[in-house]
Amino acid sequence: MGRVRKPQIPGLLKGLAVTARTLAETLKPKKLGGGAVTVQYPHEKETPPIRARGVIGLREENCTVCMLCVRSCPDWCIYIEGHKELAPPRRAGGAPRKVNKLDRFDIDYALCMYCGICVEVCPFEAIFWSPEYEFSEPRIADLLHDMSRLGEWMETVPEAPALEAGAEKKKGK
Amino acid sequence: MLAVEIPYWGQSLIRVLAGALAVLVPAGTIVYLFLFKMMSFMQSRLGPMEAGPYGSLQLAAEVGKWMQKEDITPAKADRRVFRAAPLIVLVSTFVLVAVVPFGPDAYFTQFDAGVFYMLAVSSISTLGILLAGWSSANKYSLLGGLRAAGQLIAYELPMVLSVLGVVIQAGTMNLQAIVFKQNTDSIFGWDGIGYPYILTQFVGFLIFMIAVQAELTQAPFDMPVAESELVSGYMTEYSGFRFLIFFIAEFATAGVFALIASVLFLGGWGVPFAWFDWTTIDSVDDWMNVAGPLLMLAKMTVLAGIIMWVRFTYPRFREDQLQRFAWKVLIPLSLANIMVTAVCKVVW
Repeated sequence: MGRVRKPQIPGLLKGLAVTARTLAETLKPKKLGGGAVTVQYPHEKETPPIRARGVIGLREENCTVCMLCVRSCPDWCIYIEGHKELAPPRRAGGAPRKVNKLDRFDIDYALCMYCGICVEVCPFEAIFWSPEYEFSEPRIADLLHDMSRLGEWMETVPEAPALEAGAEKKKGK
Repeated sequence: MLAVEIPYWGQSLIRVLAGALAVLVPAGTIVYLFLFKMMSFMQSRLGPMEAGPYGSLQLAAEVGKWMQKEDITPAKADRRVFRAAPLIVLVSTFVLVAVVPFGPDAYFTQFDAGVFYMLAVSSISTLGILLAGWSSANKYSLLGGLRAAGQLIAYELPMVLSVLGVVIQAGTMNLQAIVFKQNTDSIFGWDGIGYPYILTQFVGFLIFMIAVQAELTQAPFDMPVAESELVSGYMTEYSGFRFLIFFIAEFATAGVFALIASVLFLGGWGVPFAWFDWTTIDSVDDWMNVAGPLLMLAKMTVLAGIIMWVRFTYPRFREDQLQRFAWKVLIPLSLANIMVTAVCKVVW
């Protein structure tokens, strides 16, 4: 067995100083820049960072019922139904276009694991993260959020922050 | 001396109630003030805030929670021993507090072998812990119990030896007499603060506090309950009420050891007798029987605060470092302390 290093006295005192300093910081009034780093949650709200993964919002008019999100969801917690409709042609004299209309878009938050794959995979900018986090329900069935509820979450999605200088722009859009 | 005569049954009743108070008040103070609040502040959080103002009723909530949990005994456990072990640990705390003086007349018992008795009964809790570990029929419990036994025996020695310095200096083993000595002696003729033995026995005080830390199995000496290796050591199989008893005993013993340390090194319940022109124990005013316990509580809080501060700061020792520290550092140091004290005692 190798030589055991004995505890070093100055190091031990430094350790005590660290805990004592943290104690003093926590006890210092809020006005002087002290206080705990934790938030007393139900009494005061936490402010999550704007990119926090709280809840998923849906921009309905962008959805084309392509089903990519449904198929990429590892939990199978997204349910989509749609139908085809005829829309007026883009140019005069052209044939009417066929477009997909959304009938149902549900996310079951009892199953969702907040991986964000659906947000990443959506090619039409229809699904977004919102930092809202207060949507617990007493009944598990109420965790199934339908199209209108997901549309309401869309209003809480913050504006995307400006790109950093020199960052590459997203291609193809 | 008290003017009123209290019949024997009355004295006994007062002793029992005061004994429960002397064990539970320090335990409650330590748990709320240090375990709940100081630890939280040191981790930059507020700790319990919901139960009562500033979480002051959290203790009652915890006790209520543990009381209503199921009292489980493992199928292969040695039932009777398993059930008795926590009680042995708790009772050793009550037995220990019996010898601590709280005032000129406010003591449970007082006899000339006080220090000897204190050191002897303080190791009863080791038996309880070893029984708990052995009877649980669980390898983690057994390992924890054995570690506890090895550790408590190793640190019992420096504790005994560090107290000897005080005993030599006071010339008595009677704790009441040690308090009396510290408050009546003078430092080179100046009697402004009496003569608390922490001044001359500072090394002994340090060794005593380190040994107490280890006896209480508080971090950095918490190998017996090392939760990352042994689940919860000898307490692994305990639940509900019996776990609560272990929990109370842990902090009650911390309080009692802090009381003993304040008696041995900080002057105990007394204020320097010269302040009020007292000369003997009998001439001390009766109000000291109220002020004494409060003074003891204050000193206990300071010492327990130091114990807890160290606990919340340091990571734990490895088993071999722990043994090495006791046998190769603390014991030689305390032996040297005794020799120096004895020489000084003879010379002056």
